[in-house]
Amino acid sequence: MRDLRKAYGPVEAVRGLSFEVDRGEVYGLLGPNGAGKTTTVEILEGYRARSAGEVRVLGHDPAERDRELQQRVGIVLQSCGFYPRVTVREAVEHFSKAYERPRDPGETIQLVGLDEKADSRAKDLSGGQRRRLDLALALVGDPELVFLDEPTTGFDPAARRTAWGVVRTLKELGKTVLLTTHYLDEAQELADRVAIVKEGRIVAEGPPDQLGPGSSRYRVSYVSEGSRVEHQTDDPTELLHRLTRDAIARGERLDGLEVTRPTLEEIYLELTAEADST
Amino acid sequence: MSTMALAWEQFRFERKLFWRNPSAAFFNFLLPILLLVLIATAFASEADELEVLIPGVAGMGVLATTFTALAFNLTILRDEGVLKRIRGTPIPAGAYLAGIIGSATLNACLQVALVVVIGNLIYGVDWPHDPLLLAGFTLLGVVCFASLGVAFAQAIPNEDAAPAYTNAIFLPLIFISGVFYSADDLPEALKAIAEALPLKHLIDGLSEAIVGGGGDTATAVLVVAAWAAAGLFLAVRFFRWE
Repeated sequence: MRDLRKAYGPVEAVRGLSFEVDRGEVYGLLGPNGAGKTTTVEILEGYRARSAGEVRVLGHDPAERDRELQQRVGIVLQSCGFYPRVTVREAVEHFSKAYERPRDPGETIQLVGLDEKADSRAKDLSGGQRRRLDLALALVGDPELVFLDEPTTGFDPAARRTAWGVVRTLKELGKTVLLTTHYLDEAQELADRVAIVKEGRIVAEGPPDQLGPGSSRYRVSYVSEGSRVEHQTDDPTELLHRLTRDAIARGERLDGLEVTRPTLEEIYLELTAEADST
Repeated sequence: MSTMALAWEQFRFERKLFWRNPSAAFFNFLLPILLLVLIATAFASEADELEVLIPGVAGMGVLATTFTALAFNLTILRDEGVLKRIRGTPIPAGAYLAGIIGSATLNACLQVALVVVIGNLIYGVDWPHDPLLLAGFTLLGVVCFASLGVAFAQAIPNEDAAPAYTNAIFLPLIFISGVFYSADDLPEALKAIAEALPLKHLIDGLSEAIVGGGGDTATAVLVVAAWAAAGLFLAVRFFRWE
């Protein structure tokens, strides 16, 4: 995807976004609400037309809504109702018929952890269970590429763990996953690479544990004379060497010595705040 | 699966859904029958009154099972995001809509049959004078009101507004179109409106098929077919998935 743009009237929701996702990769679009994540994903899913830019999904232009492409893609939308009076099993079986090579419906239900609820009607499911049904319906076609738009919003912690497990399973199965989320831990936990999106642009991209722009620094801290002293640096090796050398020379111990690299959260907050102040 | 097979699968799924929704089943089948029985018992004891009422209620049944049901259901499906979900799968739009409209069509045919059977068995109205014409007008009515229903759903802003919007059409239309009494007795202005709309003409056609009487069916066919064409155009042109 290159230089994607989407304008709603005078408002540009997506302003020149480019990224590439490799096969078998879990790619996370992370950003606050209104950053343009869903608009971007809905263009890739074929729901919206783009205003400008080049988009290829599994070699197809999604705007053409090719059935061949739809056979290979699974979509979990952000909020999506369902027929209240069908059971989980009936729903998954019904949707499986649309695909040429579906995954076995029973196996799909098991994959998302709904086997105990297979004969419950959709209206009797909890919020998290309904979300798992969404996931089952997206996976029953055995897609190569799965779009997950905020897959765990509104989940309780246990349901989140299950959903994360499913995403990891997808990865193990060699599927490509494009995930949007505003949860940092989710991006950190699941994504091979993360793009932080702010106001329709990518402000940082990379593996979650290597994402670190210049101004977020390593922190070195220790306790001296009863209070904690903190230093920030881009070069912890040099700083540590200096600190420990001086301490040894003084015959002092650096109690509680800690070196921490900036967390994704700090980077994220810093990046999104920066963009706010400009 | 081919588009045809998927349409059939969707049709079967819709039938299952229909019978699981007691309120839909009630409004589609029981309410028109209830009205028929009440009005027949209370007001229309004479044979000629029954001969107005039976085709009238059959026409109302077509309107309720196709126009009202489709406008109402599609609005809810759109608002709830079910249409959007379907759009994200390889189910062809045509197969999906064919399944939904096919289900409404079956309801309309069952409704007309039910009204005719009750008319005969309980009220002694003769069996349809021209069964082929009855089938023909029922199908024409279905095409007309189903497409108008799909088109009208696009004008309904959200699911909360759906009952008000559909009833705002349904109720006045049945009162001016000669469902319960002959439309000939209406004031000229209302009669002119009814003449321009399709329900009165559908009922005229059904009346000709059920009761007979040598009336002119060409006008009825023309008006209903013209509305069907308009409905199809609007339904295709303005269809919204979300």
